[in-house]
Amino acid sequence: MTTPELHTLTGAYALHALDPAERAEFERHLRACPACAQEVAELSATAGRLGLAVSLTPPDALKERVMRAVTTERQLPPAVPAASRTGSGAGRRRAPARWALAACLAAAAGLGGVAVWQHEEVQDARAQAQAAQDQARELAAVLSAPDARTTSGKLSDGASGTVVVSRSQDRAAFIASGLPKPPAGKAYQLWFDDGGTMRSAGLITSSAATQSVLLHGHIGRASGMGITVEPAGGSASPTTNPLALMDFPA
Amino acid sequence: MKEAVQIGGPAPVGPDLEELLGLVARGDHEAFSRVFDMVSGPVLGLVRSVLRDPAQSEEVAQEVLLEVWRTASRYRDDRGSGMTWVLTLAHRRAVDRVRSAQAAGDREQKAALLARTPSFDEVTEQVEARLEREQVRRCLRTLTELQRQSVTLAYYQGLLYREVAELLSVPLGTVKTRLRDGLIRLRDCLGVTA
Repeated sequence: MTTPELHTLTGAYALHALDPAERAEFERHLRACPACAQEVAELSATAGRLGLAVSLTPPDALKERVMRAVTTERQLPPAVPAASRTGSGAGRRRAPARWALAACLAAAAGLGGVAVWQHEEVQDARAQAQAAQDQARELAAVLSAPDARTTSGKLSDGASGTVVVSRSQDRAAFIASGLPKPPAGKAYQLWFDDGGTMRSAGLITSSAATQSVLLHGHIGRASGMGITVEPAGGSASPTTNPLALMDFPA
Repeated sequence: MKEAVQIGGPAPVGPDLEELLGLVARGDHEAFSRVFDMVSGPVLGLVRSVLRDPAQSEEVAQEVLLEVWRTASRYRDDRGSGMTWVLTLAHRRAVDRVRSAQAAGDREQKAALLARTPSFDEVTEQVEARLEREQVRRCLRTLTELQRQSVTLAYYQGLLYREVAELLSVPLGTVKTRLRDGLIRLRDCLGVTA
């Protein structure tokens, strides 16, 4: 199949209407065509709306069966560490690319391919700035919450850390000072302490000595937090002894 | 119905589906219970519209919901909403079931399948879905007849585009473009972003 023909398959692909051979061919093409991937994402979301429109009320027995079944069903580990998702959320979703097909054809023909990538990069940078802004706003909200409580402690390497907790917002922030640069290829990772089980709360991505970071995720039933040194991409669970473990203020 | 309830709109309280899926990925049963409540109606309705048979539909819906539990760690919120992810899994499984039944060689069953009329008006609706249903119905009316038939045959009946072409007696290329153009028109009418 020729490349322009492949582009018109976005609709059939989103509707699962391709046979296996065509699907495989189209998926190979998708990996090289971000604009097509964007169009597929939008058309899949559109197809989902067709699905929502035919909702039925499930019988109670279905929930009982499913809830019983999950107790013995093993889960897949994450494909990437959860920690690398810092700053995820609505702010990082890409703006719709209405020019998808035209851009895609141009890229495939080798004309304007650079422009497409530049456009993507600008979009990504804008999205990242937005995510940073969102995070700063959330951080400020925690720090200024009427019920914000703090607790401070020494980290094992002489740095000091302060935890700020807002129960009403179910969020926590960590303020570190005198934090040395992590070793090359390493990063500081924050953790919620769920009664002895550590749940990732994101990475400290900047290397400034003093900084405030919003812990990623909600406090939930966590009773405290910890900080460890992990490989730069983060780990699914701590792989080193914590520099500090701090209880949340009551 | 006095009160309009919008599915997929902003949840009034508590974490949204995307956050809950993050918790499910870490083995949180309570979060999964809430995810079940949010998605099981749409999942069952969609699977039922493709498969028709109530018992088989429940079986496949159960498989889909278990797949949500098992693969929640693979959901990426930067690639689309949680509902889109779940319904994509559901549609995939439902059409796979239809096609494996066809591959089993039951030509009569296939003929019966192709003879079915689009199921949009036949299913029993979930009350909360009424608004969504009205909006989708209105937007489907903005499509050309060929676009509408192609999209609903492919989606609600799980047909391959070749089968859609055969059924409507139009060339393959025409069906391909009608599926795409029809979905694009629906996307714009429904105000979908991804």
